[in-house]
Amino acid sequence: MKSAVQTGSHYITGDVACAEGAIAAGCRFFGAYPITPATEIAEHMAERLPDVGGTFIQMEDEIAAIASILGASWTGTKTMTATSGPGFSLMMENLGLGVCTETPCVIVNVQRTGPSTGLPTQTGQGDMMQARWGSHGDYELIAIAPSSPQDCFYHTILAFNLSEKYRVPVLVMADEIVGHMSEKVIIPDAKEIQLIERPKPKGRKDRFKLYEPGPNGVAPMPAIGDGYNVHVTGLTHDERGYPAMTVEAQEEMMTRIKGKIRDNLDDIVHTEEYMMDDADIVIVSYGISVRTGLTAVDEARKLGYKAGLLRLITVWPFPEQMIHDIAARVKGLITVEINLGQVHYEVERCAKGQASTHLVGSAGGKIIHPDKVVSLIKEVFQP
Amino acid sequence: MAFWRQPLDTQEIQITKGVVNIIEDRCKGCGYCIEFCPMHILAFSDHFNKKGYHPPQTTKPDECVNCHYCEIICPEFAIYSTEAPL
Amino acid sequence: MTKNPKQIGSKQPSHPLDDLIRTDRIPHIWCPGCGIGTVFSSCLTAIKATEIPYNEFTMVSGIGCSARGAGYIKLDSFHTTHGRAIPFASGIKMAKPDLNVIVFSGDGDLFAIGGNHFIHAARRNMDITVICVNNLNYGMTGGQVAATTPSRAKTTTTPFGNPDSPFNLPLLAYASGASYVARWTILHVRDLTNAINEAIRKKGFSFIEVLAPCPINYGRRNKEKSLDTMKLYQEKTIIKNGADPGRADIDFERGVILGTFVDTDRSTCDDMYEVTCRQCSED
Repeated sequence: MKSAVQTGSHYITGDVACAEGAIAAGCRFFGAYPITPATEIAEHMAERLPDVGGTFIQMEDEIAAIASILGASWTGTKTMTATSGPGFSLMMENLGLGVCTETPCVIVNVQRTGPSTGLPTQTGQGDMMQARWGSHGDYELIAIAPSSPQDCFYHTILAFNLSEKYRVPVLVMADEIVGHMSEKVIIPDAKEIQLIERPKPKGRKDRFKLYEPGPNGVAPMPAIGDGYNVHVTGLTHDERGYPAMTVEAQEEMMTRIKGKIRDNLDDIVHTEEYMMDDADIVIVSYGISVRTGLTAVDEARKLGYKAGLLRLITVWPFPEQMIHDIAARVKGLITVEINLGQVHYEVERCAKGQASTHLVGSAGGKIIHPDKVVSLIKEVFQP
Repeated sequence: MAFWRQPLDTQEIQITKGVVNIIEDRCKGCGYCIEFCPMHILAFSDHFNKKGYHPPQTTKPDECVNCHYCEIICPEFAIYSTEAPL
Repeated sequence: MTKNPKQIGSKQPSHPLDDLIRTDRIPHIWCPGCGIGTVFSSCLTAIKATEIPYNEFTMVSGIGCSARGAGYIKLDSFHTTHGRAIPFASGIKMAKPDLNVIVFSGDGDLFAIGGNHFIHAARRNMDITVICVNNLNYGMTGGQVAATTPSRAKTTTTPFGNPDSPFNLPLLAYASGASYVARWTILHVRDLTNAINEAIRKKGFSFIEVLAPCPINYGRRNKEKSLDTMKLYQEKTIIKNGADPGRADIDFERGVILGTFVDTDRSTCDDMYEVTCRQCSED
């Protein structure tokens, strides 16, 4: 068997880095369905997984791909699938099953331009709201947005760690540019990579309750064959996991699946700041658009503006308090994203009118030029 | 019937005897056990169970041959037969 | 666990299958006269008869009346989304090939919304056992036309009779590459139990279609009480093992063929993965 962690300096695409990150994180099952621009993740996993004792299967569609990883996850295996817009749409129902049954798994969406088939080979960030609300019903999950192939490696590991720790599907919201471009990716030594495993039940099997929360609100999770005789259902269920068709059971279940995320925001929400100390104009961005933002900050600084950048690594749950606090001390917030306004409206919601909010968006297809951001700054703000 | 041959080992064959056990409150009164009992020893009772159905009762308890058919046709896990004590 | 626990005497009369049932959830939701309970009971008897430790089994179901079965079995069991039991089960099987994975679901779930998954799992020869309770309609939603509803039959969405033709399920399974294909009715419950037992022990994709009455939603609209349906099963079926699946369409006027249609051996999906992918990657 080859080593799971390919330590060294590599020149690889974001898709390949994502697959390597998954394997380094302990992913041993991948349910695939090809789709541009995420196919290379599946291709790389198909080659690498048998090496490390894992299993790759190409299913008949994206619905089957996500269903297979949910099933495989209950055997105690870390699992992943990767797709893009149209496939992501097909996965929505089973994403809800994953949330409701608290099944850890990672779903990578290498975003392209929509709606419908759109521009399959060109970039977009139009699936951000679908990531948050795409499955029916009310719920919480975690979405992470990498900005580079190096991020793809680390953020996939982060996605697995959060997924295992909180028993929730985690979305890696990459995009076509991040997925397809090649850059230097450093893969560290295996022992430098910290991995988190899902909590396992202890104690008497006959008293075990499948959804009895542990200290951080997350219930321990047995694997099939451990002898706990669990029943797992997408129906509203009680702590035993049994279907319970009552308003009270629904409230209790929702409190648990939302609470375990909302109560642990400090651990889940990751952001990065650039030139934020004295900034009074803040660019909020995520994914590939962070790179637009970084250049725009430098250009604006040259023109005398006190610009800074807040990068959302975790887009969902949204860093509401942080945006609220920043809005209280700055003049304006500019959201840069490759859509015509999605996360922008979240920023607007959290700013609560304390600062002006602006969108530099695009219909999709290519990265936004930093000049667009700079000219907005020049138009709206005084240096 | 008169023309059927008498098997040579009739004397040696022992027909098992069974006891029918009914978990009345599980019954939903579909009547499958009654209709398909090969010995025709079951019938609806007059009383109601917890759910408001008439569970079966044995009309000729001694004639049960412990074939288990009532047990396996029952959709409700409400009836089963066991071997009668000697 | 190496041995299945023996039942010990209790105060309450204890059914021989109580050790495999979540008795705290009984009575189940199925209507009086519904055949699903019998198929479920037969499945539990078959599981018991294999003498394989219980923790080496898992049951997966989709959505619908039959799919509620997973909620009553006292094993690791999964009640998933509509039509997706088979890919969920495939994930379990491929991640942990030692498990015996049983998919217990209905005709609407497995063959309309989930039809694509069925044919592909059969093509791959995924080593799972699929038990389809065929009650000829969508029972849970109140009796709508299904992919198995006979032509001209009345349902709530075909008030003038079904204009479409139904699937011949054994033929579909055979054509897709299943290793074991059988059909029984709930009246033929001993044969059914033996078939499920065989199917569990069979390496490869096994499929058993079980005809079962739906007296409330299908029977009522087609003037068929549950005992009438059972009489049809008694009088209008022909047991013929090894019959041509091409002749297995459901036509009670001509007679419905029951029995084992297919029992062949072919490498399974997990075996092929081992041989093709794992061993090559070591070179």
